[in-house]
Amino acid sequence: MNAFLASNAELIITIVKIALLLFIVLTVNAYLTWFERKVVAHMQSRWGPHRVGPHGLLQPLADGVKFLFKEDPTPAGVDKFVYYLAPLLALALALTSISIIPFGPSPIRLFGHDIYLGIAPPDLNIGILALFAITALGVYGVALAGWSSNSKYPLLGGLRSSAQMISYELSLTMSVVGVLLIAGSFNLTDIINAQAKHPERGILGWNIFPQILGFICFFIAAVAETNRVPFDLPEAESELVAGFHTEYASFKFAMFFIAEYTSMITVSSLCAIMFFGGWLSPFPASWTVTHYLPSALLIPAGLWIIWDGIRYETIFGKIILPGVGTVLTIAGIALLMPNLLFVNEFIQAPFWLLSKIFVFLFVYVWMRGTLPRFRYDQLMAFGWKLLLPLSIANVIVTSFVILKWGAQ
Amino acid sequence: MTPQLLIFFVLAALAVLGAVSLIVQKHPIHSALSLIVVMVALAGLYLLMGAEFVAAVQIIVYGGAIMVLFVFVIMLLNAGIEEHTSLSKFAGPPGLLLVVALAGFLAATIARSTGTVQAAAQTGTMSSTKGISNMLFRDFVYPFELTSFLILVAIMGATVLAQREKS
Amino acid sequence: MVPTNYYVILSAVLFGLGVFGFVFKRNIITIFMSIELMLNAVNLAFVAFSQALGKLDGQVFVLFVIVVAAAEAAVGLGIIILIARNRQSLNVERVDLLKL
Repeated sequence: MNAFLASNAELIITIVKIALLLFIVLTVNAYLTWFERKVVAHMQSRWGPHRVGPHGLLQPLADGVKFLFKEDPTPAGVDKFVYYLAPLLALALALTSISIIPFGPSPIRLFGHDIYLGIAPPDLNIGILALFAITALGVYGVALAGWSSNSKYPLLGGLRSSAQMISYELSLTMSVVGVLLIAGSFNLTDIINAQAKHPERGILGWNIFPQILGFICFFIAAVAETNRVPFDLPEAESELVAGFHTEYASFKFAMFFIAEYTSMITVSSLCAIMFFGGWLSPFPASWTVTHYLPSALLIPAGLWIIWDGIRYETIFGKIILPGVGTVLTIAGIALLMPNLLFVNEFIQAPFWLLSKIFVFLFVYVWMRGTLPRFRYDQLMAFGWKLLLPLSIANVIVTSFVILKWGAQ
Repeated sequence: MTPQLLIFFVLAALAVLGAVSLIVQKHPIHSALSLIVVMVALAGLYLLMGAEFVAAVQIIVYGGAIMVLFVFVIMLLNAGIEEHTSLSKFAGPPGLLLVVALAGFLAATIARSTGTVQAAAQTGTMSSTKGISNMLFRDFVYPFELTSFLILVAIMGATVLAQREKS
Repeated sequence: MVPTNYYVILSAVLFGLGVFGFVFKRNIITIFMSIELMLNAVNLAFVAFSQALGKLDGQVFVLFVIVVAAAEAAVGLGIIILIARNRQSLNVERVDLLKL
């Protein structure tokens, strides 16, 4: 047994990492739905979910149980194979794409092996291309779901989505070329490191400043790729019932749902990595005091949750919330301990990356609460006549600048 | 059997199965899905050979653009199950003859090649992305520019074709 | 290492299947897909030889083939849409007249 473990250590580590990441991503997905409902509700002066658990925190669990136990009818006349394949494909591709994202620069040393945060090896030369390849296949989930349902609204939704996703994929790919030219590499770790060439500059070294146009194009195209508001025409409920997943119920619907939220996470991580310095701190490297920022956030947050929990209405909330708050506070204090400082140093990179991802997820939700949906012809005209020329112009300007002054 | 050989056989089996399925399937969507399987398997083979850039381009362009276009057109035209008309007299026997002749020719050629072509430069990974871009923009710059012209013509052609005639 | 021969044999098999599909399929879209299959088979041979010879020329050629395939798909599918619109059929047997 031990010999087997030793000889296949890499394999076993990867499998454990996959299981762990799967668990984390699915949990985050569940709470992302809660977060979205809560934020949109507050934007519209509502309370959002607040019945199940304190502050509705158990709502995702209830939703999950509902998805699992609902009846799952297969409509008559569907193409069975493709009908079952489509949600599987959507979910599998969305989850695969997140495995390419690196979450931190330095490995954890465990059992004599360097364990990197992230599943793909950090020297994956075609990182960003592999990501694009996987997202490029993502369109099949939606298109095939629309086609196989044998119903008119899903078909229209599927057609719309495949046209939309092909169109915006061009802008998506073109808009990152500027970043790739600056970094001179497809590798995501290299791209981040290229933004850290001048550690004393901090935030000013990030790609967002030379590539602001590229970022705008990228983010818009990415929102369109993930079929989110204001580009959610494939599932426009006022026109197409629910678009491509009209005929899907129960867990197959949940699979589309999870796929959508997972690709939101992937896109947010990409935005953070490509344009916002990934795991780099926005402060100059000499400001070591900013390394206590995680504690400075955790302790007040924990204290606030304790205070909020004490005055909470239900007994359950009175027990759970202060408990969570205490854990957060203790974690924050622990990070300040001198003999745990190495932990604090280690979590700096993931802390910044995750904060940035969270900000982008918030922007997603914010847009959903704010923007109306595009009309279909507006969507196509916007993609082809504005976004694509802009991103190509960005590539041309960037390459001329790099040719003249070199990539700084 | 080395792991690489094992991966090769799995991917090769997948590719051949996909290709057979492309022919056997009656519905165009199923054929298209089979072809996608072939393309993904081939991309895996390219990765196995260390041609990572080509593998990525294979999936992005073939899988993500060309085949999506096929699926899109099949959906748009609502193409149903292939109808079986009697083959025209010319398609059957001469077609089979052609296939057999071609297979025979290929088999003969492969059989004649003596031994395995042992790899000349398998040392390390040839940094394919950088090498390809150097070749593409230095040695093959004129063909490369020509392809951009080709694409322009194709765009114009497709636009003209797809336009509905004004009546 | 996988011998280059294996790749070439696989490429030949795929090409043969492509030809077979091209000759025997009746649906114009599937026929078109068979052509794509043949192009893919050729690409495989290109990459295999590129690896065997340690030169990148083959991979560059694959890129050209992919570009041509993309252009061909755009125009070809445009033609297919036109045919389907004019003849109400995708069967090649029913598209045997040069005029409408």
